[in-house]
Amino acid sequence: MTWSVTARGAHQPDNTAFTQQRLPAWQPLLSASIALPLFFCAGLAFIGLGLGLYYTSNGIKELEYDYTGNSGTSNCSVSCQCAWYFSLPELFQGPVFLYYELSNFYQNYRRYVVSRDDAQLSGLQSALRQPINECAPYQYSAGGLPIAPCGAIANSLFNDSFSLWHQRSAGGPYVEVPLDRTGIAWWSDYHVKFRNPPLVNGSLALAFQGTAPPPNWPRPVYELSSDPNNTGFINQDFVVWMRTAALPTFRKLYARIRQGNYTAGLPRGAYRVNITYNYPVTAFGGHKRIIFSSISWMGGKNPFLGIAYLVVGSLCILTGFVMLVVYIRYQDQNDDDDDEE
Amino acid sequence: KHYCGNRVKTSKYTVLSFLPKNIFEQLHRFANLYFLALVALNFVPVVNAFQPEVSTIPIGTILAVTAIKDAWEDFRRFKSDKVINNQECFIYSRKEQSYVQKRWKDVCVGDFIQMRCNEIIPADILLLFSSDPSGICHLETANLDGETNLKQRRVVKGFSQRVTQEALLEPEHFHNTIVCEKPNNNLNKFKGYMEHPDKTRTGFGSESLLLRGCTIRNTEMAVGIVIYAGHCPCVIIKNRADSYKKRKGQRQIGTDFLISLKILVILTLFSGHSLWNRTFEEHPPFDVPDANGNFLPLTLGGFYMFLTMIILLQVLIPISLYVSIELVKLGQVFFLHNDLDLYDEETDVPIQCRALNVTEDLGQIQYIFSDKTGTLTENKMVFRRCTIMGSEFSHQENAKRLETPKELDSDSEEWTHYQCLSFPSRWAQGPTTVRGQGGAQPLRRSQSAQVPIQGHSRQRSMGRCENSQPPVAFSSPIEKDVTPDKSLLTKVRDAALWLETLSDTRPAKPSLSTASSIADFFLALTICNSVMVSTTTEPRQRVRIGDGRDGQVKPVIMAHNNITHTSLCFCDGCTCLGNVTISSSTKALGMSLEKIQQLFQRLKLLSLSQSFSSTAPSDTDLGESLGTNVPTTDSDERDDSSVCKGPALGLTSPELCYEAESPDEAALVHAAHAYSFTLVSRTPEQVTVRLPQGICLTFDLLCTLGFDSVRKRMSVVVRHPLTGEIIVYTKGADSVIMDLLEDPARVTDSNVEKKLRKIQARTQKHLDLYARDGLRTLCIAKKVVSEEYFQRWASFRHEAEAALDNRDELLMETAQHLENQLTLLGATGIEDRLQDGVPDTIAALQEAGIQIWVLTGDKQETAINIAYSCRLLDQTDTVYTINTENQETCDSILNCVLEEVKQFHGPRKPDRKLFGFCLPSEMPSTASVDVVPKVGLVIDGKTLNVIFQGKLEKKFLELTQYCRSVLCCRSTPLQKSMIVKLVRDKLRVMTLSIGDGANDVSMIQAADIGIGISGQEGMQAVMSSDFAISRFRHLKKLLLVHGHWCYSRLARMVVYFFYKNVCYVNLLFWYQFFCGFSGSTMIDYWQTIFFNLFFTSVPPLVFGVLDKDISAETLLALPELYKRGQNSECYNLSTFWISMVDAFYQSLVCFFIPYLTYRDSDIDVFTFGTPINTIALATILLHQAIEMKTWTIIHVLVLVTSFLMYFVISLVYNATCVTCNSPTNPYWVMEGQLSDLTFYLVCFLTPVVALLPR
Repeated sequence: MTWSVTARGAHQPDNTAFTQQRLPAWQPLLSASIALPLFFCAGLAFIGLGLGLYYTSNGIKELEYDYTGNSGTSNCSVSCQCAWYFSLPELFQGPVFLYYELSNFYQNYRRYVVSRDDAQLSGLQSALRQPINECAPYQYSAGGLPIAPCGAIANSLFNDSFSLWHQRSAGGPYVEVPLDRTGIAWWSDYHVKFRNPPLVNGSLALAFQGTAPPPNWPRPVYELSSDPNNTGFINQDFVVWMRTAALPTFRKLYARIRQGNYTAGLPRGAYRVNITYNYPVTAFGGHKRIIFSSISWMGGKNPFLGIAYLVVGSLCILTGFVMLVVYIRYQDQNDDDDDEE
Repeated sequence: KHYCGNRVKTSKYTVLSFLPKNIFEQLHRFANLYFLALVALNFVPVVNAFQPEVSTIPIGTILAVTAIKDAWEDFRRFKSDKVINNQECFIYSRKEQSYVQKRWKDVCVGDFIQMRCNEIIPADILLLFSSDPSGICHLETANLDGETNLKQRRVVKGFSQRVTQEALLEPEHFHNTIVCEKPNNNLNKFKGYMEHPDKTRTGFGSESLLLRGCTIRNTEMAVGIVIYAGHCPCVIIKNRADSYKKRKGQRQIGTDFLISLKILVILTLFSGHSLWNRTFEEHPPFDVPDANGNFLPLTLGGFYMFLTMIILLQVLIPISLYVSIELVKLGQVFFLHNDLDLYDEETDVPIQCRALNVTEDLGQIQYIFSDKTGTLTENKMVFRRCTIMGSEFSHQENAKRLETPKELDSDSEEWTHYQCLSFPSRWAQGPTTVRGQGGAQPLRRSQSAQVPIQGHSRQRSMGRCENSQPPVAFSSPIEKDVTPDKSLLTKVRDAALWLETLSDTRPAKPSLSTASSIADFFLALTICNSVMVSTTTEPRQRVRIGDGRDGQVKPVIMAHNNITHTSLCFCDGCTCLGNVTISSSTKALGMSLEKIQQLFQRLKLLSLSQSFSSTAPSDTDLGESLGTNVPTTDSDERDDSSVCKGPALGLTSPELCYEAESPDEAALVHAAHAYSFTLVSRTPEQVTVRLPQGICLTFDLLCTLGFDSVRKRMSVVVRHPLTGEIIVYTKGADSVIMDLLEDPARVTDSNVEKKLRKIQARTQKHLDLYARDGLRTLCIAKKVVSEEYFQRWASFRHEAEAALDNRDELLMETAQHLENQLTLLGATGIEDRLQDGVPDTIAALQEAGIQIWVLTGDKQETAINIAYSCRLLDQTDTVYTINTENQETCDSILNCVLEEVKQFHGPRKPDRKLFGFCLPSEMPSTASVDVVPKVGLVIDGKTLNVIFQGKLEKKFLELTQYCRSVLCCRSTPLQKSMIVKLVRDKLRVMTLSIGDGANDVSMIQAADIGIGISGQEGMQAVMSSDFAISRFRHLKKLLLVHGHWCYSRLARMVVYFFYKNVCYVNLLFWYQFFCGFSGSTMIDYWQTIFFNLFFTSVPPLVFGVLDKDISAETLLALPELYKRGQNSECYNLSTFWISMVDAFYQSLVCFFIPYLTYRDSDIDVFTFGTPINTIALATILLHQAIEMKTWTIIHVLVLVTSFLMYFVISLVYNATCVTCNSPTNPYWVMEGQLSDLTFYLVCFLTPVVALLPR
C-alpha cells in the first residue's frame, strides 16, 4: 500500500514496528550445524560435571546403624540403655557429623505440620499464654494451662540421646568423644525464629510459669539443657526437630565432632555409642538409625546427582550421534538444510 | 399511567450497587463459581488445605481485576450518559407559557419540544409543526445509521391544516389525544393515531416520527410532542438487543475444563488416604487427633481428605485462564486495529473491532457468505446503458470515459490542475453568496457545499483538514458524470421540443411516438425516486405557493428587494430563479440592478400569462436578456471531449447536490441530468425538473409509493403540469415490471399491439444482454390514469394510511392496485464496479480452503457474471443452475446433480433443459480428462424456499459440499440468514458473513463472525457486525494473517495454560505419595499463589499477543496454511492430551530429581520445596520459550523479568517474614538454598532433563 506521511488521516494507525508487529524477531531455528555441536558440548560438559560429582560423593564416608531393636539384630529394645560397638580401620575423615534417622515418620503430615505456634516459639508473651488453635489438642493441658511449646510437633520431640566413646587401643579405656551439640540448628532459626520469652527476675523458669509442658515430655521446656543458651525454645535439639522434615525417612543432625583430638575426624580404633532409648517407633512401623557421616562441598553422600549428570550427558551425546547420522543421510538424499528439533 | 423520564442510564451500576451486582454477575461464570465453592470449602476447618484467608487471594484477585475492568467501562458509560442527559433543549412550560431551556433528562412524555436547526432530537417526538411551509422537517440520521443524506419527516397529516402556527406555539390549545403502539425495536415501524376533540382520527406513521439522536437540518424550527422518552425510544430498544454468540473455541475450552476436572477427581481418588491410614495399628505421633482428642473414623477421615485434596489440587484448573484470554484478545484487537494494511486511506477508516471475543474464530473460517453489492463491488453505481422503446443506446463514449478516470486517479496532479480551474470561480463568489445569510443563519450542511470540490480534488489534497466528516454519500465524480450517447442526445432534443409543443397544444391522448417516450423515460428517471436536492446555498427558503397568483409574485419581488445586500435569495421551490447557476453567473458578470428588475418584470409577465402554477424563464432566456454568455444549456457543453468533463460540470451546476437513499437512484438522476433533465427540487408536494431548453416543469406529486424489497419497485403519481394528466411512473426490478405490463393482447389496435410486443421482446433481450454484462437492470414504466380512478384509489390509500391495524398489508394492496397495466418505457443498465483486489482475495480464500457463497438479491445473470469476473467461478467450471418452484422437480434435480457430481469424471456438459436454465459451461474440448472441472452451483430464492419447505436441506448441503462455490440469487434477507444458519448448524462449521447493507444484517448476525463493510449503504451492517472493514480485499489479510495468528496464538496459549497448571499441580500430587496423602505441600502457599498470579502469568500473555508462528508474507503467499486453523490443528483433543502427557512427564522429572537428590538428608519441607518450585518455574518458562516461534526483545524481557522477579520476591519474602505465614515459616529458606551449590546443580540439571524430549 502506498501512503504518504503528509496526508495522514486522523484515524490512520501509527506505523511503528510495534503496532505493525514488525519488531525485529529471531526465530530459533536449530540447524544441524548448530544443534549438533551444541549437543556434543552439552553432553561433554554434563559428563564432566557428573564425574566430578560422582567422585566427590564417593569420597564421603558414611557409617550407619539401625538400633530400632525389634528384629533381634541389635541389642536395643524399648526404653533402656543400649550400646553399639564399631571399629574404624582407618581415620574417618572429618568433620564428622552425627545424625539420627527416622523412617516412616511422616513429619510432613499436614495436620502434624500445622500443629505448632510460631509466635509462641518466637518468644511472644501473648502467644505463650494463648497458643493458636492449630495446636489443638496439644493447646491446653488437662489442667487448663497453656502448653509451651504447644502442638504435636513439639509433643513428639525425639528424645533418644547418644554418647560416643573411643577406645584408642584394644582393651584400653573408652574415652568419651566430645560431641558438639551446638551449631546444629540453622543460624537463622536459632537466632531469629526461636526466642525464649523475656526472663522474669533473670529466671527462665519463672518466665514459663503458668504453662504446662507437652504431655509426652518428662520435664518442662526450660529444663531441656543446663546451658542457658541452649535451653527453653532455643534448645538446639528442639529447634532442629521443629524444622519438619520433607520426606518420611529423614535425618536430623544430632551433633558435630570437631573438638579436642577429633578435629581431623575420628581416628582409627574401636568405638562405642551409648544410646538412651526412649522414643517409640513401633507404632508407625518406623526404624531408628544412627549415622556418622563426613560431608563435602556438595553436602552429604548422594551419588545420584553425579549419576544423573553422567546419564544426561551421555544421552546428549547419543542423540547427537543419532542426529548426526540422520543429518548425513538426509543430506545425501536431498541437499537441503533442515531444522532439527 | 406512568411514563418514564428521559434520563438515560446505560451504566449498569451505581456506587452502592456495584460490588454486589458485579460479583453476582461474575459468579455466573462457571469457573468463578467453582473456585468460590472451593474457597468456601477451605473455610471448613476439618478439610482445609490452606489457610482460609490465603485461599481467597487468587479468586479475589481474579474477581478484582474483572471488577476493575467492569467499573472502568461503566464509569465511561456513566460519563457519556451524563453528557447526554445534560444536553439542553427547549420545552414548553405551562407556568411560563413559553418554551424554556431545560435539560434532556427533564423531558417527559407529552412535553412539547421546540427544536431548532442542527439540534439533536432528545427523544422520540411526533412532529406537529415545522417552520417549513409544506410541513416538512429534514433529518439527518447519521447518528442512527450513518446515512448522511437527508430524510424527510412530515407533520402529522391533517394536523398542519387544522392547527395554525399560533396554536402550536401555544400548546395550551392542544386537546388531541395521541394513541400509539408500544415502542418496538424497528426503526421504521411505528403507527398510531391522533384523536381530535371532535372525535375524528388521524393516523400517522414513522414518517411523522422524529427519532431520538437524529439531527434537524434545513428546517428553521420544529415543534413536536414527546411520545417515547427515556429508555423507550426505538433507537435505544434496538441497541439493547444484543445477541451472544457461543464460540467454538469456548466450547473447546469448556470441554477441557471438564477433562481437567476429571483428572482432578481421579488424582484425588488416587490418594487413598484411608487405605494408607489403615496400615497402622495404633495412632502414630504425627497423626494428630482433633481438638477433643478423638480420632476420626477412617471413612469420614477419608472423605475429608478427599475434599482437602480437591482444594489442594484446584490449581489444576487454570483460574486465570478466562481473564488471560480476555486480555490476550484485547491485545490482539489492538494489533488488528493498528494494522496499516487494513486501513483505508480514502475514507480514513481503520478496521473496527466491535466484538472483542471472536478474534480466534477468524482463523477457523470454513464458509464465507458474501453479499454482492457493495461487498464485492463498489456500490458506486455508474449509468452505463439504456434502452428506450426497444432501441438500445450503448453509451460507448461513457464507457470510454469510465476508463479515463482510472488513469486520472493515478495521476492526481492532473486533477489538482482541474481543481484550480474550477476552484477560484467558485470561491470568488462563494463569500458573497454566503455572507448575507451566513451571519444570521446557523451553518447548515456545510459539507454539502464542499462536495463538488472534493469530488475533483481527490479528497486528499484538500478538504481533509477542514472536513473530517465523510462527504455526502453517492457523489463521486464517476457517478455524476455521464457522457451522453450522441444518438440519444439528438433524440432527447427532439423529445424536449416535443414537450415544448405539448405546452401549447396539449394533446389529450398519450402518444406512442419515440420522442414522447424518451421524454417520459427521462422524466421518470428524474421524478421517480426519493432523491433530495440540496443546494449549496442554504437554507432553502421555500416560498408559499397556492395562495393564488399574487402570492407567487410577491416573494419574487421580495427577493428582488433583498438582492442588493444578500446576493440572491433563492426560491427554488417555486421558480427557476432559485437556480443558483444564474445567480452566480449573473453576479459574476456584475449584473446591474436595473437588469434584474427587467428580468423580474418579465418573469411576472410570464408567470401570469402561463396557466401553470410555476414556470419560469429559462436559463437561455435569462442569459440572452442579460447579454452574456452564461454557460447555457448543459447539452451544448457536453458535446465536448469527454476528458474535460470534470471541470465543465463543476462550472455549470456545482450547486445541485443529490442525496439519494440508494446509489442506483443517484446514478439515474445523474444520468438524466446529463441529458439535461435536471432535478431541481423536490418537496413532498412538488417536483421541479428543468428540461433541456431550460424550462422548469413543476409536477404536483400526488402520491409516492416507496420502494420496498417485497414489491421491488417504487412509483410516483404526478400530475403533468402541461397536460394535466395523472401519470404513474414506476421503476423497479425487471422481473416485477415485466409481469405488470399492460397485456398487449388487450390493446385494440393491432398495430399498437404489435409494437408493444416488439418493444417488450426487444427490451427483454436488452435486459438479458445487460445482465450478462453484469449490469444492474431497472425497468421504467408509466401509466396514465384517469382522474376518477385516481380519486377513488386515493381515498382507498388514505384509508389504508390511517388504519392502525394491518396497515402495511393494506398499503401493499393499494400499491398493487395502482401498479399494473403499465406501459414499458425502457430499461437502464447500471454498472456496479468491482472493488479493487476482489478476484485476488477470492482466489486466495478459495485456496485457503474456504468455501465462498454469494448470497445476493440480484438477478441470476448479473450474479453469475459478477461471479465470473471476480473469479469466484472459473470459465472451466461446470455450473449447475437450479431454478424451480416445484418440490418434486427440485428433489429430482438435486438427486440428478448429486449423482452427476459424484461420478464426476471427464468433461461433461450439464444438460438441464427441462428445468431451469442451463448455462453454457465452456468446456474446452482439448482439456485432458484428468483436469476435473470444479463445480459451481447457482440457485435462486424461489428454489431455496422450496428446499427449506420441502426438507431437502440435507441433499442441498450434500451437493454444495461438492461445489467450489455457490451463488444464491434473488434471495431475501431472511433467506440469507436461513442459509447461513443451515450451513452453520447442520455442517457444524465456522461461518463468516460479510455484507454492507441493511439487508445483510440478519445474515451477519446469524454467522459466527459478521463482518460489515462500512461503505455506501449506511451503517446498519456495521452496527450489527463483529468487525467492520472498509474494503473487501482487507478480508484477505484479516483472515489469512490475523485470523491465523489470533487463532494459533490463542490456541497455543490455552494449551500452554493447561499444561502449566497440570505440570505445577502434579508436583504437589507427587509429593502426596511422601506425605501420607495428607494434603500437605512442600511449597509455601504464597509462593504457590504468586507462581500462578505473577511469575508465570505475563509470559503467556505476551506469547498470546505477539507470537508469530509464520510470517505474514508466508501466510499471504501460501493460503493453504490457513487450513490448519480450519481443522483446529492447534487446539483439539489430541494436542490437549499431548500437552497433558508432557506436563506429567515434566512434573515427574521436576519432582523426582530433587527427591532423589535430597533423599536421606536432613532436608526440611520447605527447603525441599524451594528448589522444586524454582525448577518448575524454569521448566515452565523454558517450555514457553521453546513454544515461541519468534523472539522479540519483549519476549526476552518478559521471560527474564519473570524469572528474576521470582528470585527477588522470594528473597525479600523469605528475608522479611519471620513468623507471618504460620506453619510454613519460610524464613531464610531461599537465602539458605542460594548459598548451597547443590541447589544450583539441581536447578541446572532438571530443566534440561525435563525439556530434552522436546
